[in-house]
Amino acid sequence: MRFDSALGLESRKGPLAVGGKVLIYGFMVVVFTGPLVGLLVSAFSKTLDPTSFSLWPDDFTLENFVQAKEKNVYLYLLNSFIVVGFGLLLQMLVSVFAAYSLARKKFRGMTFVLLLMLTTMMLPEEIIAIPLSLVLADMPLLHVNLIGTYAGMILPVGAWGFSILVMTEFMKEVPVELEEAARIDGAGEMRIFATIILPLCRPALGVIGVFGFTMIWDQYLLPLIVAPESSMWTLPIALRSLRSDEEVGIGVLLAASLLALLPSIIAFLAFQRQFMRGLTSGAIKG
Amino acid sequence: MTSTLTEARSRTATPHRRTKRVRWRGPLVAWLFLAPALLLFLYFKFIPMFVGLWKSFFKVQTFLGDEWLGLQNYQTIISDADFAAAIWHSVLLALGTTVGSLVLGLGFALLIEGPARYLWFVRTAAFLPVVTTMAAVAEVWRIMFHPAPSGMLNVIIGWVGIDAQPWLASEHSSLWSIMLMSIWRGTPYDMMIFLAGLVGVDRTLYEAAAVDGASTWHRLRHITLPALRPVFWILFTLAAIRGLRVFVEVYVLTNGGPNGSSEVLMTLIYKLGFQKNDLGVASAGGIVLFLATLVLTLVAQMLRRRQAT
Repeated sequence: MRFDSALGLESRKGPLAVGGKVLIYGFMVVVFTGPLVGLLVSAFSKTLDPTSFSLWPDDFTLENFVQAKEKNVYLYLLNSFIVVGFGLLLQMLVSVFAAYSLARKKFRGMTFVLLLMLTTMMLPEEIIAIPLSLVLADMPLLHVNLIGTYAGMILPVGAWGFSILVMTEFMKEVPVELEEAARIDGAGEMRIFATIILPLCRPALGVIGVFGFTMIWDQYLLPLIVAPESSMWTLPIALRSLRSDEEVGIGVLLAASLLALLPSIIAFLAFQRQFMRGLTSGAIKG
Repeated sequence: MTSTLTEARSRTATPHRRTKRVRWRGPLVAWLFLAPALLLFLYFKFIPMFVGLWKSFFKVQTFLGDEWLGLQNYQTIISDADFAAAIWHSVLLALGTTVGSLVLGLGFALLIEGPARYLWFVRTAAFLPVVTTMAAVAEVWRIMFHPAPSGMLNVIIGWVGIDAQPWLASEHSSLWSIMLMSIWRGTPYDMMIFLAGLVGVDRTLYEAAAVDGASTWHRLRHITLPALRPVFWILFTLAAIRGLRVFVEVYVLTNGGPNGSSEVLMTLIYKLGFQKNDLGVASAGGIVLFLATLVLTLVAQMLRRRQAT
């Protein structure tokens, strides 16, 4: 018997042990993916009422996705992509800049800045939702109203403490010698940042990219506050109106839900390795 | 490293000027790179925080101007029955979800620990709930919770001989149903962190224990669990905080109903702020939630430190 796990399950052989393992793992897969499989199946079948939601394919149809067009679902999807596209670009830029400073520079007030970042992570959007709506309606000093604009949904997700801290940890590991050599060759600050530090942090870019994507895609309260007109709704907040629409069956709602789920699932499956790495480094250190 | 650069550039400068330039140039660059992040945090985190604190002392009126109330908004919250119920529901939901996800997460992590390739598949599949969009997942669960005997969950529990449940439709089970979905979504996350923690357990200890003839339970109790203790505290704090500020789940599944039985602090604050336009009380509610979060974090840190010594 080997001893590489607490329960020693891995090393157990024999039909009973194997059968038990298959049972346990099968149970886990079914429990955690079941609702998602059900969604996938039901979105493609003539689902009219909640009771026909099932794991078995009924009569296959694309009708739900056709009807979804009439209910503006693809417009909401486009809005979601606009927000997540620009939001993620901004967030990644802001994160790598801030991380460069925190990881590679020594300056007075650094501990204070790190403390600020940690505070923002402990200060969830839910708590400041009400005052944030006041601030967005009349930005201090600038006196701009961001309610009803895409900027109102994009700017607030631009800086994210988690993403900055994960990036900082990665950047600390780039050897100082590389940077020094470049400086002796006369490279400026931006050049060192863009041609030496960033390329070496490519895996980290994947991590903060995929986390940022799911975070922005999952935003609910912010678009709820910022987009009063339905023409600006993102897909997640549009689902509710779809549900209360008497004209549409549950199939359209499920088709829209599937569209809302797919991008983050695809992002996760494509960047799985980076995702898991970021998860553990972020959770243990942050 | 900064000095090397400036040296190369300003070789002709006097030594005095050189040190002066070095002194401010490094920090200036650092702050410039930090500026976008700090500016965004200022506008969308810190200013709202202070606005929230400030408004919590006022009766907020759009055209008439704000009226100073002092602590009256907070008094309203403490004495109001709806708020008391919402706070209680929040705590219950946070605690139930946290404990449920932790226990199940640890159990599953122990079951799928190991290097085998098929385990990787199980982990990835099991992790899917975590990355999915809350609003969409909640819609799916709302449909599965359909209270008729033909509803999906009722069919499933029917297989093992349990009667059909009303789930979200009853005052007695709405909060528990929300908790069930939250545990479903929270367990894989905890499981993954536990798995990362299990990697760090010293393997030789297991062998030593086996030599001493220790049972599996003993190995768990005396080797595995102590090694996981720091992970446990981090997860507990994070999950409890996440649980307290829960919004989307409740908003989508029940919107606080039926009859306020699943109203949590955030849904109540949202209703007050955006539907009844009572921004002062809503802001005070936000501050209360913030303080609760802060206290929880500090308590967990203290417990953790005491345990470490």
